[in-house]
Amino acid sequence: MKILIRNGRVIDPASGRDAAGDVAIADGRLCEALSGKPDRVIDATGLVVAPGLIDIAARLREPGYEYKATLESELDAAVAGGVTSLACPPDTDPPLDEPGLVDMLRRRAKVLSRARVYPIGALTVKLAGERLTEMAELAEAGCVAFSQADQPIADTQVLWRALQYAGTFGFPVWLRVEDHWLARGGVAHDGALATRLGLPGIPVFAETIALGVLLELVRATGTRVHLCRLSSAGAVELVRRAKVEGLPISCDVGIHHLHLSDLDLGYFDSHCRLVPPLRSQRDRDALAAGLSDGTIDCVCSDHTPVDEDQKQMPFSEAEPGATGLELLLPLALKWGAQQKLPLATVLARVTSDAARVLGVHSGRLQAGAPADVVVFDPDAAWRVSAEALRSQGKNTPYIGYELGGRVRYTLVAGNVVFEQT
Amino acid sequence: MQNNPQLNENGELRHLLSIEGLPRNVLSGILDTAASFVGVTEREVKKVPLLRGKSVFNLFFEPSTRTRTTFEIAAKRLSADVINLNVAASSQTKGESLLDTVSNLSAMQADLFVVRHGSSGAPYLIAQHVKPHEHVINAGDGRHAHPTQGLLDLYTIRHYKQDFGALRVAIVGDILHSRVARSLIHGLTTLGTPEVRVIGPKTLLPAGVEALGVKVFNDMQEGLRGADVVVMLRLQSERMRGALLPSAQEFFKHYGLTAQKLALAKPDAIVMHPGPMNRGVEIDSSVADGPHSVILPQVTFGIAVRMAVMSIVAGN
Repeated sequence: MKILIRNGRVIDPASGRDAAGDVAIADGRLCEALSGKPDRVIDATGLVVAPGLIDIAARLREPGYEYKATLESELDAAVAGGVTSLACPPDTDPPLDEPGLVDMLRRRAKVLSRARVYPIGALTVKLAGERLTEMAELAEAGCVAFSQADQPIADTQVLWRALQYAGTFGFPVWLRVEDHWLARGGVAHDGALATRLGLPGIPVFAETIALGVLLELVRATGTRVHLCRLSSAGAVELVRRAKVEGLPISCDVGIHHLHLSDLDLGYFDSHCRLVPPLRSQRDRDALAAGLSDGTIDCVCSDHTPVDEDQKQMPFSEAEPGATGLELLLPLALKWGAQQKLPLATVLARVTSDAARVLGVHSGRLQAGAPADVVVFDPDAAWRVSAEALRSQGKNTPYIGYELGGRVRYTLVAGNVVFEQT
Repeated sequence: MQNNPQLNENGELRHLLSIEGLPRNVLSGILDTAASFVGVTEREVKKVPLLRGKSVFNLFFEPSTRTRTTFEIAAKRLSADVINLNVAASSQTKGESLLDTVSNLSAMQADLFVVRHGSSGAPYLIAQHVKPHEHVINAGDGRHAHPTQGLLDLYTIRHYKQDFGALRVAIVGDILHSRVARSLIHGLTTLGTPEVRVIGPKTLLPAGVEALGVKVFNDMQEGLRGADVVVMLRLQSERMRGALLPSAQEFFKHYGLTAQKLALAKPDAIVMHPGPMNRGVEIDSSVADGPHSVILPQVTFGIAVRMAVMSIVAGN
């Protein structure tokens, strides 16, 4: 199969290319030029041609939560959002703490042949924060990193040992930083808004204290650590300093935290119940700026499909999370426009930079690389609605909003897996 | 920002969910209407036919005796039919969702829901889902609001002090967990009270409480100085179990209201308490039963205020 994508604005953040041109694909890989006639020509006039998006945090809800979402529905949503590779956290039921589960997930994903799925293995058995998983076995089954998802390791000795053990094999550890005791019972940013609404708060120092502890352990063990979903200005500053020092760390932010703050809770809008909580406008601005200047390596959707019943509850009882696979590109473009960044820089944060964190070679338009490509219209506006979303999760604070950026084609390994013209 | 969900398109009170965001004229209107009902409650025949034929559902997801009873009395004096549902002990424990419970009651032709719930914001969720002719009154949600208590506190203050424009009000105790304090603070600031103080140990003051428009005091003596109104809050015994307070005794020593401390307030200061009181924990008996105390009149006014709220929302 030979495909020629013609007359697009071709942007490859990794090489800095941003020019009008064609992209040629043969046998599932990108190539300099086609020999012979293409089997299919895609007209990309007025459209952007870029590497497929890499989303380093998307919950697919399998196994265990199929009533919230299925692999089919969520991988459909991924490619509709231009996402060609995604990493899924281990907080399934049961958690991804056994090679058999990881193997099954990868096989199921492969059969569906849509986006590529990279499982993140559980760092501790059942994510309980007590005993280490068989990381080497899990890595053999396909895990690319190890994580606790949103579950804590309350015992610092276990955390230390887990980092040492993972470091033995060179496995990266992905952790969200939050002090378990300080965050206990909290559902919103501890500040004037939570005080007004009478919601139990999670103070900023729940994040910065845990981050301080973790950075000290990185210093001690040398293990490569990726920090998931920063939420505060204080954390961004700590990361900035740690990177200057040369610690082997990277970090990400969830796409909603670049745009929303605790004020968006309004009258107890449970769609704004997120983990970590939406914090102040100052925190939001620091996150947006940190992603611009590269202190924060990449942005992810933190896609969490939640069924309507679990959201139609009082704020504190509602299940946290927002759907995001189909909003990652439009919300990244919105952030880029606000920060006045070149399109190539914006796309880097969801392609090549995310690839670096994930440790994969995709996320670039290079001859010989797998042909994972997105073709999108950066200016086309669409209204976010339950019907417009393919994900089974319709839970988003952006319901009813008009967003710019519409995916026209998504290709994975040279196959057109999504198209909308 | 969404429109205020309590008001209808004409800016009238459709639900009472919180005092926050209510315009001054709406608040004064409720207090004026309550004044007209105080007379009714003192008559031999204590009934008016304003809600005849209407069904009031008392929907209590959290146990309560006093608030539920006063709502029941208020509804009956307005000639409504009252149905008490102690949901804490029934369908919720069988796994029925909050909105399912409400839809079922709605199918039984409810006109007015009086809701108490342990989670902040629960009455907002219900108000979003009821039919256009149904009304919701918040009877206390989590730490968020207890607007009828706030209104009866305002009524009591107005009754004894007339003008809010020259008052210094001190609210003492567990501000962190108190929906009563939050509602009263919003009401006082809306009605133009120049100085609202909150007094408590740092463990019982929520983050950024100054943003509500209050002055913070950790020293009770200092905070009471020159106060016209002293509002004591109930301290739940479970606060002693965590790391918020060491003991009831130590709390009483520093934040309990005694005659000695009260002497720092103005000579004509009034003392209020939302009840039920813990004598010897937040308030000394000599003060609770003393000449400054208006704690029992608060209860009486509470019925008139709840009659006013029910008749106003049901009429809009």
